[in-house]
Amino acid sequence: MESLEQIKSRVEAGVTGANAEIVQNGSPSQQHSLLIDNEHAVAVARFLRVDPALCLDFCSNVTGVDWLDRTLKRTTKVKKLIDGQEKEIVETIEEKIPGYLEAVYHLYSMTHKHGPVIIRMRTADRRESARLPSLTPIWRSAEFQEREIFDLYGIRFDGHPDLRRILMWDEFEDHPMRKDYREPDDYEWEPTPHDAVLERAKQYYPARPQIDGAEQITAQP
Amino acid sequence: MGEQIDEKLRIELQRQGVWVSSMQELYNWGRKNSIWPLQFGLACCAIEMIATAASRYDIARFGGEVFRPSPRQADLMIVAGTVTKKMAPQIVRLYNQMADPKYVIAMGACAISGGPFKQGYNVLKGIDRYIPVDVYIPGCPPRPEALLHAFMELQRKIDSQKLTGADKAEFLKPEQPSEFPVPKFGQHDLEPPANPDVFHPAIIERS
Repeated sequence: MESLEQIKSRVEAGVTGANAEIVQNGSPSQQHSLLIDNEHAVAVARFLRVDPALCLDFCSNVTGVDWLDRTLKRTTKVKKLIDGQEKEIVETIEEKIPGYLEAVYHLYSMTHKHGPVIIRMRTADRRESARLPSLTPIWRSAEFQEREIFDLYGIRFDGHPDLRRILMWDEFEDHPMRKDYREPDDYEWEPTPHDAVLERAKQYYPARPQIDGAEQITAQP
Repeated sequence: MGEQIDEKLRIELQRQGVWVSSMQELYNWGRKNSIWPLQFGLACCAIEMIATAASRYDIARFGGEVFRPSPRQADLMIVAGTVTKKMAPQIVRLYNQMADPKYVIAMGACAISGGPFKQGYNVLKGIDRYIPVDVYIPGCPPRPEALLHAFMELQRKIDSQKLTGADKAEFLKPEQPSEFPVPKFGQHDLEPPANPDVFHPAIIERS
């Protein structure tokens, strides 16, 4: 199979106006992925599917990722003139990255027996503009998994044939896999709580009985 | 039984070929040896329940082999597996549709308390939040022997139930409800999250 750089350049050549970016994966798996722009996502997906060299005809997995607002700290060495002398100073630059949601697609080719090629798309933000184009028209197997992402992460997929909740009930309003989700408070009966659960369960603990003077009696030798 | 006839006399009569019994004993003997469970399973515990019904463990030895597909014909509900919050209203509805007298076995850690999924957002933390449970079986999943043990415990309970008097069985009392409110799907959780008339969590003394 072609390298991801080759795929990226061929995608950009094959789909006019498309913009792809390689997202590095620093873990031992080294599964780098291709970040594609939302506007041309469907065209890029169709290209990946019909291209004779790639022929990625099987979408094995679609998943979501939640990225909260974060600040990235980078340290760079900058040469500066201080008191007429040139010195190297370590500067830290803080970069604020607003939160977004991601959908990640793992693609394989049954024809050529290769893969995976991983593509991902990002939403503009985590609230009103959490929308992405649906790739279900390209890969039918994405239908239920996009519904699951809609259910658990709250990404709306434009062009999805049947976008409903799939795991939770229709009246449910939250998105449980989001990092800022807080589950309902039913911690009143926790036989063996620990850590964060213990902190929440403690709210339900009965007040210790106060016996007048009893503490002093037991404290005496 | 002991109130009506002397126990020694009864044994003596039995030796002579005269069998003396009471209506209550006969009635309970019939009930406890033909408990028909409701045929449904929710998760991996159901596999153990199926094994219990199959020939190796053979729940038919205890008269419980007739798994009924209709709640109208069932006496026992074996809640075998994880009860998700989406499934909980259906479980309560099935329980409401069963005819009295009816019994519930909560099988496995999930049905008792939510088990390994207790801190999850989608799992009910024990079916006893909505319906009364007669026998709890811990285990993940419990072995078929454990289910048979629970079945025998239930038989013992049925056998000890009285038909008359002040301490007669709960299901014979007209004020005792046989239907329980079905929880509704809320915006964040089931509403209500537990039925306070049924759910009484134990108060644990902590130091």
